[in-house]
Amino acid sequence: MLTLFIQQVLNGLLDGVYYLLIALGLSLIFSLGGIVNLAHGAFYAIGAYLTIVLAPHIGFGGAMVASPLLVALMGIIVERGLFQRFYRSDPILSLLLTFGLAMVAEQSLRMIFGAPPLSFSIPPALRGQIFIGDFIYSRYRAMLLLIAAGCVLGLWFLLQRTAFGRVVRAGVQNPDMVGALGISLQPYMVAVAGIGIGLAGLAGVLLAPIYSIHPAMGQEIITPAFVVVVIGGLGSFWGVVVAALMVGLVKGITIGLGFTQWSTAVIYLMMLLVLLFRPRGLFGERIQRFE
Amino acid sequence: MSDLLKTTRLSRRQALVGLGAGATTGLIASPSLILAQTPDAIRFGHLTPRTGFLGPLGEYGVMAVDLAVEEINAAGGVNGRKLEALKEDSVNPQTASTKAERMIERDKVTCILGEISSASCLTISQVAARNKTLFVNTGGNSDALRGESCNRYMFHVEHQNSMYVKSTGRSLMAQGLVKGKKWFSLTADYAFGHDLSKVAKRFMEANGGQFAADKLVPTDATDFSALLLEIRAAKPDLVISNLAGNQITNFLKQYSEFGLTFPVAGFGFDTALAWAAGKDNFGGIWPCVWHHLIDTPGTKAFVAAFTKKYGKPPENQAWGDYMAVKIMAQSMNELKSTETAKILAHWEKGAKFDVLKGREGYFRASDHQLISEMYTITALPAAQVKNQWDLFTSSPAVPGPNEDMEVIATSGDEAVCKMS
Repeated sequence: MLTLFIQQVLNGLLDGVYYLLIALGLSLIFSLGGIVNLAHGAFYAIGAYLTIVLAPHIGFGGAMVASPLLVALMGIIVERGLFQRFYRSDPILSLLLTFGLAMVAEQSLRMIFGAPPLSFSIPPALRGQIFIGDFIYSRYRAMLLLIAAGCVLGLWFLLQRTAFGRVVRAGVQNPDMVGALGISLQPYMVAVAGIGIGLAGLAGVLLAPIYSIHPAMGQEIITPAFVVVVIGGLGSFWGVVVAALMVGLVKGITIGLGFTQWSTAVIYLMMLLVLLFRPRGLFGERIQRFE
Repeated sequence: MSDLLKTTRLSRRQALVGLGAGATTGLIASPSLILAQTPDAIRFGHLTPRTGFLGPLGEYGVMAVDLAVEEINAAGGVNGRKLEALKEDSVNPQTASTKAERMIERDKVTCILGEISSASCLTISQVAARNKTLFVNTGGNSDALRGESCNRYMFHVEHQNSMYVKSTGRSLMAQGLVKGKKWFSLTADYAFGHDLSKVAKRFMEANGGQFAADKLVPTDATDFSALLLEIRAAKPDLVISNLAGNQITNFLKQYSEFGLTFPVAGFGFDTALAWAAGKDNFGGIWPCVWHHLIDTPGTKAFVAAFTKKYGKPPENQAWGDYMAVKIMAQSMNELKSTETAKILAHWEKGAKFDVLKGREGYFRASDHQLISEMYTITALPAAQVKNQWDLFTSSPAVPGPNEDMEVIATSGDEAVCKMS
């Protein structure tokens, strides 16, 4: 029984990583531009549908590269065409904008691909399981974890160790000062939107073989991803990472203790507790603009 | 543009409001679809979920209604008048009831057809009873709708949970998977799942099986890896799905991903979910009220017409809505009337209908359940699958040709209906 509990905890931790790719993009776009991107889930869905379209022609590996790039391109177009007009306005306006965008995207998927879910399987080469003692894990998920971990490290490096990252972090804290130093934030916003939304597209590709692919799939993932961002705290890279792992962990423990029916409710309970005691989130930094 | 963000001033309160709203916004409102109305046409209302986790199935229902109306009008309509469908997304039980009310009061529909969610069926049926208007349920399975919640104005083309359980149950008994066996059961945590689980448990206990475990799964859960670990540790003789909608597809995909080999069976099912899982992932034994491979002239004609119009075969939800429209129109033509009281009496007297299966169907007077044959399907190994639709083989009709069709339906105190 104990080993099963440990397995559940371990599996929960791994589970949290799936939210990371979505949550990191959300957090980045919100921190820098103040946009709550409700359409983020829609880009995840578009990533999954693009995989179905592209994989028969260029293979799953090809789709894994091409779909996120195409989704990132869409993100850049949306940033230039829409987001940039709302950086200065009340967040409620951008909330309405992205809510509408999410609806348009979902309905477009429904019109193009139909409402019934579409099928897509793990490529034969990636099927199979890994056994570590009593613990069983799918080979495909192990690969998914490696890719997600690679993305997280890459993003961390980009934000913390490069000149690009320095400007982005400064922009999050104090855009006025960045402007006064003669640095235009505009290209950085374009890049952040591209990267953030591209990551959502990548999550869509990676989860397409194991989740049901249907037009509203974005809604399923966006809510837990928001919870992760809220728990982690704004502006904190590691906050989001830790929150994602914690959400998975708490889910794993809940299931391990036998309360399966509580496994989704428990993460909202956790968000409530965090907001009560640390309204800025667990690792949220004090961001001048949001105070 | 160096002052791009110069005037951005968000208070922390605003930021939290924004994020909070983001975190709580799960549902997306859907546009209602209303057709232009022809004077003198016979109008009926069609309500079914077109968004949310049952939306994909509802879409099949809508396609089938359009096809049925087209065919009926091409054959001369109803009593020389055109038939017209007023179609809307039922969204959730509250919205479904409001829309039903509006269809009856404002649009003066002759009857309401449709629905998949058992919870929405209940609220629509209450509106229908209050207004003495017929409601034909085409997709809600719960036994309670035919039992404690039954009413005179609600009829059920969709078959009840008991019929689904007893059909699959027969196959499981034949394969020795019930008596003395341990079941690991997964149940969708809402009205339909609870009702189905109750019926399944009754069947299992009556036939000498027992639970290895019985887990409730939230309807918005997409990841089953934790449950798969539980199943693996429990080493059950059979894994039972009382899941619903996309849950089934997610479960099947991940069950195959984790390479578990315990036999799988389910008590609630729709063929669209097998198609979504695909040939590499679909497995197990499942019940079907109807499927596109049934070898009867009626089914062949329906499948051909549907495939011609939409480019893909119909699934069982399409059958439900198609049958409801056809039965309604046929009855109105036979009675030369659209009066609710006359139709109701006609059906209660046991009028027979071609339901595209081997034997004709009829509504049982005691609970208004359409009585017709069921099928159980068994997944084919991936290597034997020839196309993306024909993923399974079917049992002969259940019950067999020499049995009373009512043997799989509720009887005695399994569900007691007192019509009011």
